[in-house]
Amino acid sequence: MLELDKLIGFVGAQIAALVTALGLGPDWVTLVQLVVAALTLIGFASVMVLGLVYAERKVSAHIQMRVGPMRVGWHGILQTLADAVKLLQKEDITPSNVDRAIYFWAPIVTFVAAFAVYAVIPFGRGLVVTDLNIGILYILAITTFGVIGLLMAGWSSNNKYSLLGGFRSAAQVVSYEVPMALAVIGVVMLTQTLSMVQIVGQQEKFYQWYVWRQPIGFLIYFVAATAEVNRTPFDLPEADSELVAGFVTEYSGMKFAMFFLAEFLNMFTVAAIGTTLFFGGWNGPVLPSWMWFLIKTLAGVFVLMWMRWTYPRLRVDQLMGFAWKFLLPLAILNILITGLFVVLF
Amino acid sequence: MSEFAAIAVFLVLGVGFVLFNFLLSKLIRPKNPNPIKQSTYECGETPVGPAWIQFNVRFYIFCLIFVIFDVEIVFLFPWALVFQSLGLFAFVEMVIFVGILMFGLLYAWRKGLLRWY
Repeated sequence: MLELDKLIGFVGAQIAALVTALGLGPDWVTLVQLVVAALTLIGFASVMVLGLVYAERKVSAHIQMRVGPMRVGWHGILQTLADAVKLLQKEDITPSNVDRAIYFWAPIVTFVAAFAVYAVIPFGRGLVVTDLNIGILYILAITTFGVIGLLMAGWSSNNKYSLLGGFRSAAQVVSYEVPMALAVIGVVMLTQTLSMVQIVGQQEKFYQWYVWRQPIGFLIYFVAATAEVNRTPFDLPEADSELVAGFVTEYSGMKFAMFFLAEFLNMFTVAAIGTTLFFGGWNGPVLPSWMWFLIKTLAGVFVLMWMRWTYPRLRVDQLMGFAWKFLLPLAILNILITGLFVVLF
Repeated sequence: MSEFAAIAVFLVLGVGFVLFNFLLSKLIRPKNPNPIKQSTYECGETPVGPAWIQFNVRFYIFCLIFVIFDVEIVFLFPWALVFQSLGLFAFVEMVIFVGILMFGLLYAWRKGLLRWY
């Protein structure tokens, strides 16, 4: 059970044998294996998001000295499952003056952009769907695609709160995209590879973690990633008290659930990328590799939840000023310092 | 090529998963629309005009600056990959390139384009 990579190798071999027995070529074997892998990850992502939503509520509750959900199951552990079933049964209200096609596709684009990343994240030793040689560049590219989904949602709703929320979100995400990518470049300068698996492979020992050699880069990544996933103190796009719920105001039922799912997937993704780039990915003693990956990533997610109850929300001018006037020059400086060190030593 | 087949499978199945959920919800949810329920939400008031009107030009300017720096990042990635083997020469080249762009940022800053009001 703990040797997940062997289990997956076994399942893969079984699938290969089965498909070959049906008289289909090696291309079909790969295709079926990929479909099974993708379906497994969809299942993993759904269950994980249910867990994260529960964790978010419990962490919030205990930080505020409340108890949080307690009624459904042991300590309310089935609460989010109940909520998911409830959302599935909710009437889907489409306002009469929305731009229907864009309104329909916005949650799909947002979810797919959040989910496609999982193809290249190394969950453990040998636990990666495909080791793209441009892994980290692919992640940066595909996550930015989510902005288009948010803009589509904000624009098509024909609602002033949604429009403002969508625009704010797009402006914020593109602004923080620049320092985040520059922080990643700082690591790439040391790794000399974009492949996620190779980046993890270079950080086998504790002292080889890139966070020690890229401390400024890590801080920039951390702040920018928090802004990328619209978490407090950068949650202006949703700003409940002024914009109702921002770009999701007009969404209900399953469409809303998809935005919610994408948001929590993104939260897990940025923590996973941070783990891979700066904290040695799945490397660790004693425990199996995938467990180390989950421990490190969930610790990152916990910090994001913790911050929500620690800091107040920024103003929009402070937000944009911080990205362009402080983080961007700092990230450029980080690259120059890293380059200077590499050239000199 | 099979590396990118995985990406294609993920994209298709991602869309499929969402559509499946929509379909599942369509089968079990109630549907009784009425004009008031379907009106745009505006804190309970009757909506005043459409939302598709002029918006703050700041959003546009920030997106323009973003495009410039994102293209810079696209140039930086291949450089970062090989620069250890190219050494000092490549480093100086990149300092000049980044320096020109930072000058551009400074110009935008002095012109007040980074101010939000």
